[in-house]
Amino acid sequence: MLATQLTIDQLASRIPDGAKLALPPDYAYCSLIAARALMRRKAKNLHLVGVPSLGFQADMLIGAGCVDIVETAAVTLSEYGLAPRFTAAIKGAKIKMMDATCPAIHAALQASEKGIPFIPLRGLIGSDILAHREDWKVGKNPFAENDPIVYLPALKPDVALIHAPVGDKYGNVWVGVRREQMLMAHAASETFVTVEEIVDGNLMDDLKMKAGTIPGLYISGITESDKGAWPLGIPGGYNADHEHLRRYVDLAQTDEGFQQYMDEFITEASSEAAE
Amino acid sequence: MKAVVPEEILINAIAANLDGLKHVAVGASSPIPGAAALLARSRSQGRMRVSILGSEDNNFFSDGGKEIFDVAGQGRMDAFFLSGAQIDGKANVNLVSVGEYQQPKARFPGSFGSGYLYFVVPRVILFRLEHTPRTLVEEVDFISAPGFSDANVYRPGGPHKLITDRCLFDVDKKRKCFRLESIHPGHSVDEIHEQTGFKFDLPEGEIPETSTPNTDILSIIRGEVASEISEIYPAFAARVFGVNSTV
Repeated sequence: MLATQLTIDQLASRIPDGAKLALPPDYAYCSLIAARALMRRKAKNLHLVGVPSLGFQADMLIGAGCVDIVETAAVTLSEYGLAPRFTAAIKGAKIKMMDATCPAIHAALQASEKGIPFIPLRGLIGSDILAHREDWKVGKNPFAENDPIVYLPALKPDVALIHAPVGDKYGNVWVGVRREQMLMAHAASETFVTVEEIVDGNLMDDLKMKAGTIPGLYISGITESDKGAWPLGIPGGYNADHEHLRRYVDLAQTDEGFQQYMDEFITEASSEAAE
Repeated sequence: MKAVVPEEILINAIAANLDGLKHVAVGASSPIPGAAALLARSRSQGRMRVSILGSEDNNFFSDGGKEIFDVAGQGRMDAFFLSGAQIDGKANVNLVSVGEYQQPKARFPGSFGSGYLYFVVPRVILFRLEHTPRTLVEEVDFISAPGFSDANVYRPGGPHKLITDRCLFDVDKKRKCFRLESIHPGHSVDEIHEQTGFKFDLPEGEIPETSTPNTDILSIIRGEVASEISEIYPAFAARVFGVNSTV
């Protein structure tokens, strides 16, 4: 079966306002080109899920007013310092925060992947992460006496949005060792993906590729986007655009500066939309 | 040989707590723990594995972001490092915020894996390279991970040491508090009392000085460790060791 190929703006329009949207961390494969398209279409009320953390992509979406809820183990720009728009939004109580810890996000997605209602996880008891998560419960280990353990409800994103080096016309998408992106696709209702290149043939015909390939079964739409992760890089591909990222962090310290960044690189970037 | 720098004393002191372990993992933004783990591995004669988040050369995981936590949950990880915006006298770690949680005065990235790893990794080494009353507090504003748990909570892991830029603390698991173990060269116990927001125990007798690495250890640190750590932390390696990365 052939995949649905979309333009980048068609892809963004398939991610509805209010969606629970799962995103990978900056060190995996992030679709910044799709994030810019979401900002251009003025997406609203998104509930971001970091798998397990978020970075530049989330900071930009928050700054653009696209986000109501952030559920993640961290929002980090790593060596670039604190995420400026996220920090401002939290301090101003503009977004609802659902702090988590990395393995809780992975485990709750695994519950969704298996179609089970909840999954137990060690740790967390006595933390304020747990204290602030009304959706998490401490339950009994049914196989032992006096062994409290945290139950996490299955986490089923409406949409997983990922990027990848290559896909094919059947919607098979190679993510290699970045297998959390495979988990995201398994757990979410729909997955949209941008790829650097849609190659000829079928990725599943090569067993070495197949081991790291998400089957087209999970993929609702695919867009070919050369340098789709820019200004982030992709492991094994191109490096992050450090100068651009530093400029973003400088500008995004203020509302006005962020607006200037939006005007220059997002609202005006109509060339991306036309491709 | 050029004079020993404070970073080298910290690397040496941390590595001394890793010898004999099978698997040491290092999280993000941790150049000194990373260097300490590589030093311990170098003298382990091939018996220690080190995994460093953010490294391509020293990261052997192949099953996605969950694998490092699954490995820890099964007891296949012996040591890990945690820092915190605040650490308190009960070894609670705060990586989230200062002030009211819903509208904080300061917000940090978040808890990452701490809310899990602190419970399951036997030797968690806390490190905080700003030792002041602002960071080492009486009580944290948000508990990302508690230092100690009630007896019925599954807790094979927990705090092993706390190392700062001024001293090394041991952990008294029975009394659930820190005990000063040694003071780094050039620092004093009065200064440590003044700069620590929580109460801590003192050792019996004279307080030792944190040992300085000998010339053999220094040559490993400045040689293979410096070269390997520059792959992940080029700015750190250039500043501390004068190593210029070829990356």
